[in-house]
Amino acid sequence: MKLNKKVLGLIVLGGLAVSGNSWSGTASALDLANTCAGCHGVDGSSVGPATPSLAGISSEYFTETMASYKDPEGRYSTIMSRIAKGYTDEEINLMAGYFSKQKMIPAAQDFDAKQAKAGAKLHKKYCEKCHEDGGRSSEDDAGILAGQWMEYMQFTMDDFTNGRRDMPKKMKKKVQKLEKAKGAAGMTQLMHFYGSQK
Amino acid sequence: MSGISRRNFIQITGGAAAVSTMGFSNIILAGKSAGHVVIIGGGVGGATAARYIKRADPAVQVTIVEPNANYFTCFMSNEVISGERPLDSIKFGYKNLESMGIKVVQDYASNIDAKKKHVVTKKSGNIAYDRCIVSPGVDFKWEMIEGYDAGVAANKIPHAWKAGPQTALLHKQLQSMKDGGTVIIAPPPNPFRCPPGPYERACQIAHYLKNNKPKSKILILDAKDKFSKQGLFTQGWKKHYGYGTDNSLIEWVKGAEGGIIEGVDAKTNTVTGSVEEYKGDVINIIPAQKAGKIAFNAGLVNDKGWCPVNQQTFESTMHKDVYVIGDSSVASPLPKSGYSANSEAKVCAAAVVASLHGKPAGIPTLVNTCYSLITPDDGISVAMVYNFDGKKIQKVKGSGGLTPMDSSEAMRKREARYAHSWFNNITNDIFGG
Ligand SMILES: Cc1cc2nc3c(=O)[nH]c(=O)nc-3n(C[C@H](O)[C@H](O)[C@H](O)COP(=O)(O)OP(=O)(O)OC[C@H]3O[C@@H](n4cnc5c(N)ncnc54)[C@H](O)[C@@H]3O)c2cc1C
Ligand code: HEC
Ligand code: HEC
Repeated sequence: MKLNKKVLGLIVLGGLAVSGNSWSGTASALDLANTCAGCHGVDGSSVGPATPSLAGISSEYFTETMASYKDPEGRYSTIMSRIAKGYTDEEINLMAGYFSKQKMIPAAQDFDAKQAKAGAKLHKKYCEKCHEDGGRSSEDDAGILAGQWMEYMQFTMDDFTNGRRDMPKKMKKKVQKLEKAKGAAGMTQLMHFYGSQK
Repeated sequence: MSGISRRNFIQITGGAAAVSTMGFSNIILAGKSAGHVVIIGGGVGGATAARYIKRADPAVQVTIVEPNANYFTCFMSNEVISGERPLDSIKFGYKNLESMGIKVVQDYASNIDAKKKHVVTKKSGNIAYDRCIVSPGVDFKWEMIEGYDAGVAANKIPHAWKAGPQTALLHKQLQSMKDGGTVIIAPPPNPFRCPPGPYERACQIAHYLKNNKPKSKILILDAKDKFSKQGLFTQGWKKHYGYGTDNSLIEWVKGAEGGIIEGVDAKTNTVTGSVEEYKGDVINIIPAQKAGKIAFNAGLVNDKGWCPVNQQTFESTMHKDVYVIGDSSVASPLPKSGYSANSEAKVCAAAVVASLHGKPAGIPTLVNTCYSLITPDDGISVAMVYNFDGKKIQKVKGSGGLTPMDSSEAMRKREARYAHSWFNNITNDIFGG
């Protein structure tokens, strides 16, 4: 990292604020984000095989996701809701800023080239509208799909279809259409397409 | 630094120490060095601290003193014992650290002179520092079990609580044990490294026995009356290993009911408990623990044998400019775990870099998670987020906790996959990739 001054700035930016006996202070964005690396990888690029990468995530999607994890009625997780509850909105905003600026290193994973090719077509037809740029974009409040760990995306689709996570209405329509046209094989092809993206 | 031999480097920085008493150190090697940090121990805490100092400020010179050429992680070593993964898969070298400009001196630190600010090594002389970080892991209180010592552990009755040859020995003993044999596991009293570790080990060994030597049995002779993730482990033992039935693969004897062991006879493979004697075919004794030896030599420990620190920076409360992280430090409420040591190292690295630049330390934020595998497809976890209350590290209320008792098989399987992802990511974070 050549960010020398910037990083140092961030470290100090966290700063202390002690007034009288009451203590208040917020850790820096960098220090907060660094605690996630043990599971999500250095600077948010996971080396897998299942935990998702966070690098390049849009800050809107990040903050919404963390809020949903904190909400007992929100998005299902094996562990993230226990972790998300440890952070204030301010801390979550700081981390959103950090992770959204990181460059995602695409997952190095095995994929089937034939399935990926078929998936590319399906992506254009059913998913590109919201998961733009071949699933590379994290705009429209969605996560990055291109280069994400396939196993994570399979878990996630399983959560969507089994009601553990709310699927956006319009996405649901497309997923149902896909299912009708291609059966379960279609989704598998899509996963291989995203998994193949570098 | 390339082209300069190890010995030269030490002499040069040694020279710099003389200058550093005049104020901010002027390490001669790199004209614009921001100071020299010497780290004792290239394990989880030490290697993480080294990398994060370099990430924050490459101008800080970092030297690790570590006696071993390779490090074997304790995490996932229980899977090596059961044969689920090879020993090589938990082995890590220091190449990636060296390529960041971190100097790794293969040597043993025997003392720290906190006044003269140098680390005393066995073979490489004194190494001068501006800041010293100590992360030596744990040492054992051999004296608490009669007949047990490092020699017995090395050849006959492994502790396997430091990974590497000890892990290999226990694995080999299990493989050569006859079907119908008894495996004794004797977990230590609190506090010790990796509180769920002994019980995960029982799971891993039970998994091996169930598939290979089903007439065998595991006897856990515990120094304690309760243990970490007890509800989840007990549930898992019942589900997979017949716990509580006559055919149980696992029997647990708590301290109050004779589990505390007082002695061992390596010749007859007999363990002496407070009430009765037990014979085992394979015996794994995990002794009571204290801070690493260097912490005692350097006067960094309290009367309980652990190193008190300022929890904002991990600077020792005994010696200025010396920091202690990982298992040896008093970081409670954080448990002694790899994730904790990794998290503490980052807080410490940031504080050390800030201090070298004459800046105040930032506000600590930490995480701990421990995954345990009951079977290769049944994972459970405990997690917690920590912040700082102005004086001490505290748990963030409402955060953390255990895998729910009623989580489905599919979700337990996911946790097992996430456990392996955690292993890959944290070792990548510690040793580089
Ligand atoms: C079976 C088992 C399973 C575990 N599973 C998990 C898990 O799933 N998750 C988790 O988070 N944690 C786990 N742990 C705990 C984790 O391994 C430790 O908490 C962690 O390694 C502590 O890091 P450390 O830096 O304090 O010590 P260590 O990682 O032990 O590093 C200490 C290093 O210092 C060196 N050293 C010691 N003395 C000197 C000296 N005088 N001079 C120079 N070098 C020296 C040693 O050679 C060693 O390399 C497990 C532990 C065990 C035993
Ligand atoms: C113990 C491992 C672990 C730690 C530590 C951890 N995470 Fe996670 N994270 C996961 C797992 C596993 C998932 C998948 C959801 C689940 O089952 O919990 C996930 C999912 C996420 C997601 C959803 C990603 C997406 O594409 O929708 C976000 C955002 C996230 N984590 C943020 C964080 C942040 C921020 C931190 C640090 C403060 C953090 N995580 C720490 C394991 C972890
Ligand atoms: C109408 C817009 C829309 C369409 C079409 C759409 N999605 Fe989504 N998708 C979203 C949004 C919005 C989210 C984020 C949902 C949330 O916040 O929980 C999302 C999330 C996801 C996620 C989870 C990402 C993560 O990091 O957890 C996956 C996987 C996914 N979509 C796959 C698909 C696939 C495959 C298709 C095509 C069959 C598709 N989507 C079509 C809007 C869409």
